[in-house]
Amino acid sequence: MTILMDGMRLNAREGQTILDVAREHDIRIPTLCYHEKLKPIGSCRMCIVEVEGSSTPVAACTTAVSDGMIVRTHTPDLVELRRETLKLIFLKHPMNCAACEINGNCQLQDLAHEYDINHTDLHTYNIRPVEPEPGPYATPLIQYHPRRCILCGRCVQACVEITEVGAINFKGRGALARIAPVERMGSIKPECVSCGECMAVCPVNALTEALGKKRGKAWETRKVKTTCTYCGCGCQLELNAVGETVTAVTPVDGGVNRGALCSKGRFGYDFINHHERLKTPLIRENGTWREANWDEALDFVAKRLVDIRSESGPDAIGALASARCTNEENYLFQKFIRGVIGTNNVDHCARL
Amino acid sequence: MTNSIAEIEETDVILITGSNTSEAHPIIGRMIKRAVDRRRAKLIVVDPRKIPMVSFANIWLRPRPGTDVAWINGLCHVILEEGLWDREFVAQRTEGFEEFRESVKEFTPEYVEQVCGIPAEDLRRAARLYARAPKAMIFYAMGITQHAHGTDNVKALANLVMLCGQVGREGTGLNPLRGQNNVQGACDMGALPNVLPGYQPVTDEEVLARFQAEWATGVRLSNKVGMPVTEMFPAVLEGRLRAMYIVGENPALSDANVSHVREALEALDFLVVQDIFFTETAAYADVVLPAASFAEKDGTFTNTERRVQRVRKAIDPPGRARADWEIFCRLAKAYSRELNKRSAVAAVANGLAARCKDRGYWDYADPSEIFDELAAVTPIYAGLSYKRVERGGIQWPCPSRHHPGTPYLHKDRFARGRGKFHALAFQGPAELPDEEYPFYLSTGRIRFHYHTGTMTRRCRGLDRLAPAERIQIHPQDAERLGIRTGDRVRVVSRRGEVEAEVLVSENPAPGMVFATFHFAEVPVNVLTNDALDPVSKIPELKVCAVRVEKVAA
Repeated sequence: MTILMDGMRLNAREGQTILDVAREHDIRIPTLCYHEKLKPIGSCRMCIVEVEGSSTPVAACTTAVSDGMIVRTHTPDLVELRRETLKLIFLKHPMNCAACEINGNCQLQDLAHEYDINHTDLHTYNIRPVEPEPGPYATPLIQYHPRRCILCGRCVQACVEITEVGAINFKGRGALARIAPVERMGSIKPECVSCGECMAVCPVNALTEALGKKRGKAWETRKVKTTCTYCGCGCQLELNAVGETVTAVTPVDGGVNRGALCSKGRFGYDFINHHERLKTPLIRENGTWREANWDEALDFVAKRLVDIRSESGPDAIGALASARCTNEENYLFQKFIRGVIGTNNVDHCARL
Repeated sequence: MTNSIAEIEETDVILITGSNTSEAHPIIGRMIKRAVDRRRAKLIVVDPRKIPMVSFANIWLRPRPGTDVAWINGLCHVILEEGLWDREFVAQRTEGFEEFRESVKEFTPEYVEQVCGIPAEDLRRAARLYARAPKAMIFYAMGITQHAHGTDNVKALANLVMLCGQVGREGTGLNPLRGQNNVQGACDMGALPNVLPGYQPVTDEEVLARFQAEWATGVRLSNKVGMPVTEMFPAVLEGRLRAMYIVGENPALSDANVSHVREALEALDFLVVQDIFFTETAAYADVVLPAASFAEKDGTFTNTERRVQRVRKAIDPPGRARADWEIFCRLAKAYSRELNKRSAVAAVANGLAARCKDRGYWDYADPSEIFDELAAVTPIYAGLSYKRVERGGIQWPCPSRHHPGTPYLHKDRFARGRGKFHALAFQGPAELPDEEYPFYLSTGRIRFHYHTGTMTRRCRGLDRLAPAERIQIHPQDAERLGIRTGDRVRVVSRRGEVEAEVLVSENPAPGMVFATFHFAEVPVNVLTNDALDPVSKIPELKVCAVRVEKVAA
């Protein structure tokens, strides 16, 4: 089928939404609640467009296309409506962007720029924002910032669609509405599994790591794509590093996990920069430990291995490689044990 | 895994046994839940514990611990009796069928009910559901393998899979979920006592000759199968093993009957421990070497579906810590220097040729050079390189540069040609509850921690969610013993005892307690039985007999 969007004739397929078609043809319609990994939510009203024949604007993310549909995405009326929507959001959402970690990397901030929202705009309403009360979140690992929250519903949706749990939902109405743990759903109490998918989809940093290190700003953070170090699933993730400190784990598209992560993958990175990390070789002498440099330590290891090998033969030496190490390391280690020491006494914890 | 994780999205029936999937492999658990929820795939869970996946299951069978061969043979019995087996697959792809058929005759649902406690009708329903599925996947983990007859358990599952022709196609297969990031890769790389990289037997002279030429270290490669970890510690106590070099493992906490392991570590003449933290095992060492974590080095891991994926360095290791591969290279050089120091006489005594000198010896600019070397000697990795696995990884076998990798195994033939049915007799666990030790103890994992907790116990968030061991006991037993959640109990086996807080839960079956091995304060492996599977040498971590005593407050 074809539709006419902003005067252009575009090919479209059955089942596509107006937003799908627009994105496919690089026509930008602003969004906030829409997230590629989630079904369209249709709550934020930023993606409204005019459709000929409809008396009111419709949400592009939830409206299916039909043959011959005529759509306008950027009329003065639409721009004015979007501005109003944004102004309402900023009545509650603080404008102290400088204090926010995602400053410079924030969809809402970009939209505020694009639609020229400023403080004077907000005074026109002459409304003082209601201060939402802090309350508990579904997991102690995540802090909920009610003032930042724009109630787009991505987090609620992610918990259902990605995690298959449904541990959070909207609570309260109007200015007091917030995201809160679900007490009960029929006969079952959905239990938060602390996977942090809600946090990962939040567009405005209203969900942050409660116990994490201070996250760096976007411009000082290096992101390195790698493979998770925990179970055998092999999830792909991104280590965020500021200097020599890992400050967060963020998802990447694709991989066996398709961007999803579990509690260990997302929150289990503190150990990397932990103060108890071993930082120097140690040699035990007369029952006490002494710090050594590498040459000293390795010469000592070599000497003892050579001694024992000459006295008792290579099979008197046993080695445990590691399921935590890389392929390259396991390969080298068994090569050393087999090819240099000369024994097949090499194993690892596959059985545990 | 014979098949791929993504195939969960296409399969019709999923059978999970001995895997607490949503806790130990949360992302795979979610995909299975989604398949059930969204596509109406059917789920069969077979587990003595009421694991979270049970709430998504169409059928839940609850066997007594350690009776797996019985219920699996029982499924085969029903499938044969009702004529639901795949005659074409059995005829064309397998052998040993008649003998196998004979062997499962006695496993009637009624007999299985007696042995396993699974209602006969439930077993029949499960058998029909699995056998009639156009595509069915089986997932299992340590709940199947960590038994004195774990190998039999796996063979029994293989029988079931072949009987129904549920292998060699997309969305089918027998799929072990591997517990550690690179346990698959460590096996692939020959960190096993019987095989060189790529599962090439150390007893094969042709293979040995090839490695001898390739490595050219001057040392004669041994054709004698080495000791698995579970035999090393007894060998130390018998005086046959004098030195150990342990990398990134914590047997002082993780192995069965750990008091025995600690005795052995104590008795060693020389112990090197290479790790990122000072572990419980490091305390026994003579030398401790500081290694780099996964965030501090380049390399590859191979996941549970045989996918070789990149690991990339984000930061430098702390202090003097170095990547393990760097340490091994330096050690090999130090070893060679030491030999040279000891004059020709010693070198000859060590059987070393002049080759073992320092010229270009163990020099790698970076891990990609090591990878190229290992790919050259490992046929299943032969077609792989960093460049090829850069995006998305590739699943082995990948024998050549243009091979796309192998999402599922055994397409047209099994590795050995025809798939072999095994006639299996049921043998129970090595230790059963009795009057003195009336409970089964099973060990496992929880979502928030990993193995012996060396890493996750040092993550503030995770440790806050699960700060201490809580031994799980069924409400019926708790009531009888007058125990409530939060009370302290002492759990005693023939090998040792631990004390911990209790959590009353319907998760373990009545007559069973469950504990994790994540907490050094409650070293649950002092209780577990080091009875070994005769083939795989896996200890029976999933079943032992204990008694539970309330500790006065």
